[in-house]
Amino acid sequence: MDRIPILKLGDVLLVTIQVDMQDQIATALEEDLTARIVSSGARGVLIDISALEIVDSFIGRMLDNIAAISRILDADTVVVGMRPAVAITLVELGLSLSGVKTALDVDRGMALIRRRDHELAIDDADDDSD
Amino acid sequence: MTERIDIRRSEDVVLVRQRVRALAVQSGLSLVDQTKVVTAASELARNTLDYGGGGTVDIEVVNGLRRGVRLVFEDQGPGIKDIDAAMRDGFTTGNGLGLGLGGAKRLCSEFSIESAVGKGTRVACSRWK
Repeated sequence: MDRIPILKLGDVLLVTIQVDMQDQIATALEEDLTARIVSSGARGVLIDISALEIVDSFIGRMLDNIAAISRILDADTVVVGMRPAVAITLVELGLSLSGVKTALDVDRGMALIRRRDHELAIDDADDDSD
Repeated sequence: MTERIDIRRSEDVVLVRQRVRALAVQSGLSLVDQTKVVTAASELARNTLDYGGGGTVDIEVVNGLRRGVRLVFEDQGPGIKDIDAAMRDGFTTGNGLGLGLGGAKRLCSEFSIESAVGKGTRVACSRWK
């Protein structure tokens, strides 16, 4: 079975989904990402879905799960590049991905993760000065 | 023109999506309508596999008074006891989100479902221009 590669850019994991995924590949990605967040100590996960022509309830649930798992493991997940037709369809399907942060493209997604990291760093500095 | 695809394995769900896309393009549906019907097909094909124990889909380009695509999923699985409950969002007897049937219905212009316990299920979904 194919697996989706996970790239590491600094402390961010980058996943670009480029295949029409069968369900097992989605499930494997969820497991692989969870293991990589822990082993790499990543602070963020960026999932680029710009090549995906549809997001159905199974893939939607995978994105929700990854976001929830990474939050528990102290990493932020941002889903980027959703096509407009996919967004329209997803809402009509009944999935709002309320637990998932989204950004228009990889640059903005990266900025979102960096901003959170920066805010955390400031919080830490404040704590130290107390 | 009708094309039949067997749905026996998880890879077949991917094939159904690809063929529905191709025929939706051919029928002249807009990109948003294509995306809706392919997404509905994905949900229904997965249901056929997971709950119906496999089955078939007939994909048809309709070029009459109405133009678009029509999908008919059939299985000889256990059937659905309570269709009204199965159509409700959040209802599932498996491990999904329970959005499959209700969600698929919202993505189709026309939708019908017939099921007999012990005999199987037939779901029809059309998306018109």
